[in-house]
Amino acid sequence: MRLLTHNMLKCHVKNCTDPDKQYPLRFKDVQIEQIEYEANEEFLVRMLPRIDWVALVKTAKDLNIAIPDSVPEDPASDQDFLQSLHTIIMETHVTEGSMVCDGCSHEYKITKGIANMLLAEHEI
Amino acid sequence: MGLPTPDTGHLRRAEYATVYEPAEDTYLLLDALENDRAELQAQRPTVCVEIGSGSGCVSAFLGQVLSPYGALILSTDINPAANGATRETVGKTASESVFDQCRTRFVQGLDGRLAGKIDVLIFNPPYVVTASDEVDSTIEAAAWAGGVRGREVLDVLMPQVPGLLSPGGLFYLVVIEQNRPDDIISEFKAWGLSGQRVLSRRAGIESLSILRFIKA
Repeated sequence: MRLLTHNMLKCHVKNCTDPDKQYPLRFKDVQIEQIEYEANEEFLVRMLPRIDWVALVKTAKDLNIAIPDSVPEDPASDQDFLQSLHTIIMETHVTEGSMVCDGCSHEYKITKGIANMLLAEHEI
Repeated sequence: MGLPTPDTGHLRRAEYATVYEPAEDTYLLLDALENDRAELQAQRPTVCVEIGSGSGCVSAFLGQVLSPYGALILSTDINPAANGATRETVGKTASESVFDQCRTRFVQGLDGRLAGKIDVLIFNPPYVVTASDEVDSTIEAAAWAGGVRGREVLDVLMPQVPGLLSPGGLFYLVVIEQNRPDDIISEFKAWGLSGQRVLSRRAGIESLSILRFIKA
């Protein structure tokens, strides 16, 4: 699972509704893999507005990955920024471990790079 | 010249025994996507989601349809074998898109963040008319058993679709006549989504159609 995808995941346990805690999910005991991938700047620039930057910064810092604190004014012409964005969201994969919700403590497992967001009937 | 059908030969392996194999319904959906290729590329979708990706044939094909442009193509399925099969299929198919898989029902866990942000949503639901208690009775049945009118699973997702799509976002849905496609189209109309049958084909006893909805 790429960090890009992690940025799209939010706790969906019933009654877990504190927006400041249910997102982003916090990684726990994770294995990280860097997989080289050809950069597509046009896609990165299109994707950028869909990314929750504050959540991405928090997650990257948790994993000790260097990340700019804010998005530059003109990201499309900032090669260094785009390269660093590419490395973080496209090339950084979480292969094993889990994601914990700070609101309700629910733990979502990641197995072979696939997050399990399924909940039991009573949790939905 | 048609786009190649994604290679799903790995489905023969025992670990994928529970995964729905591409069939006539799958191929009709591929044809509908290919017919819309110019329009889809012009829209330049950035976030695409396939619900119940099974083999991953459709997700992989969507990547080809959008190439040379790239998108994030997220494929969900409740069956972990399907998540793995999808990963292999998209890995074998050349495209500019990036793929990830998520084990979940519908878009649960993604819907909070992706509300109003999905440019293309695709669902080939379990549409076969069965008894209600067959729905989700086994992991295999979950891929096809649709309960009353074949609508029990689709009906759970339907009200959520308008809120998931981005402005101008598209929703592709596979149906059979027993699902009452005209009713589905009018229900979506009431929610502000205009829909139409873009392709129909008869396959054995199934009269299949692809419905396409657009959010104004």
